Amino acid sequence: MLIVGEKINTSRKSVGEAVEKRDVAFIAKVAREQADAGAHYIDVNAGTFVEKEADYLCWLVETVQKEIDLPLCLDSPSPEALSRALELHKGEAMINSISLEKERFQYLLPVITSRPCRVVALCMAETSMPTTLEERVQVGSELIRRLTEGGIPLEKIYVDPLIQPISVDIRMGLASLGAISKIMSDFPGVNTICGLSNISFGLPERRLINRNFLALCVAYGLSAAILDPTDQRLMSTLLTAEMILGQDEYCENFIEAYQNGRIAGE
Amino acid sequence: MNDFKALNEAVIKGDHDKAMAETRSAIEAGGNVSDIVDKGLIAAMDEVGERFSKGSMFVPQMLRSAKTMKECMELLQPHFQESEAISKGKVLIGTVKGDLHDIGKNLVSMMMEGAGFTITDLGVDVSPEKFAEEAQKIGPNIVAMSALLSTTMPSMRQTIEALQQAGIRDKVKVMIGGAPVTEKYAQEVNADSYASDAGSAVTKAKKLLGIS
Repeated sequence: MLIVGEKINTSRKSVGEAVEKRDVAFIAKVAREQADAGAHYIDVNAGTFVEKEADYLCWLVETVQKEIDLPLCLDSPSPEALSRALELHKGEAMINSISLEKERFQYLLPVITSRPCRVVALCMAETSMPTTLEERVQVGSELIRRLTEGGIPLEKIYVDPLIQPISVDIRMGLASLGAISKIMSDFPGVNTICGLSNISFGLPERRLINRNFLALCVAYGLSAAILDPTDQRLMSTLLTAEMILGQDEYCENFIEAYQNGRIAGE
Repeated sequence: MNDFKALNEAVIKGDHDKAMAETRSAIEAGGNVSDIVDKGLIAAMDEVGERFSKGSMFVPQMLRSAKTMKECMELLQPHFQESEAISKGKVLIGTVKGDLHDIGKNLVSMMMEGAGFTITDLGVDVSPEKFAEEAQKIGPNIVAMSALLSTTMPSMRQTIEALQQAGIRDKVKVMIGGAPVTEKYAQEVNADSYASDAGSAVTKAKKLLGIS
């Protein structure tokens, strides 16, 4: 499972304040703790600063990559912010995200093909959000087709099935899980990715719901997740699910995490 | 004295069968239809909204209550007299231009409807021009906008400007909401009110229109 650490997002109050003050030490610390907890990519999002987003995103790229040696997930719908951030970025960035929304695809495609990168393909249709499993697969397939035609290799594409709350419609869980499974089997080599928190909107005990959803996602074939890697219970659930599904040879990762005191059991 | 305790409780619980049975027996007993609506149904939905805002009720329960109320309203519909138009006010609602998210907006619509407002829902990706045009046509008391993306929040300002240009800004109250939206942002763009969830949207709307 490829892990994208989600914590550097200016919609979180402490991060927003740190970015405004250009607090290098704070941002470096949040980046470092996610890297230490096992993140492969660090997400950076300055979306709350609408007008200054590009400047702040660039500052985040430089600040985080000075501290840690990991690639970043550049999280913005803005072609300008993304192309400027990409220029500063070292290594193979992940772009989060492109979708079929009118204008978004056509403006972002040149940016993501300007240099080698991975791309999150969010299953948002041109004028609406998908609700059923079939609609998700349809939008995901269309995105894969257009991205590969545009020159992006299949294995660099991360389809996000667009998670919607089960509180509003209890069929949403299986719609997303089924879409993950179908896309993974229809396009061998492609990746699937998602965030977890949308699933639990409107319900109590959201973290409990999120981590159980993650375990189910793993069972349905999810290959990457955007999450908080410093959440020990969540990471313990992930390691356990991977082990049970036969993805952890000799149960090595699970046992090692236990021996290092990283498994939150009882 | 509240004769509608059983109906209130059935709506709060989202117990369709019980609520419909209570509504039917209230009609058969010759009850005043507006009373059944106000004291039986709307009062229950007010309670639901309050509990939701406090975090003691959750989205699925709120949806269930709203659905129950809607079914009871359908039973009452044939019994309304012309003079008993009970709308608390007209609300024009939509998700702003560039934004396709509708879940939050739908919850607000549903709770507003439950509180007795008449809703016109323009859907998602609604341009400032569309908002202004529809507002001119319908003459709503409130224009309510939702945005879930920080990138689409500026559409709220543009919509308010469009209402101004259409010369109707002072004839409507503007409410905004959505995950990235704040009270401060509402002030910045000269909206009249900000609501953080579907329950408080109802409270704020009533406050704007001076309804208790």
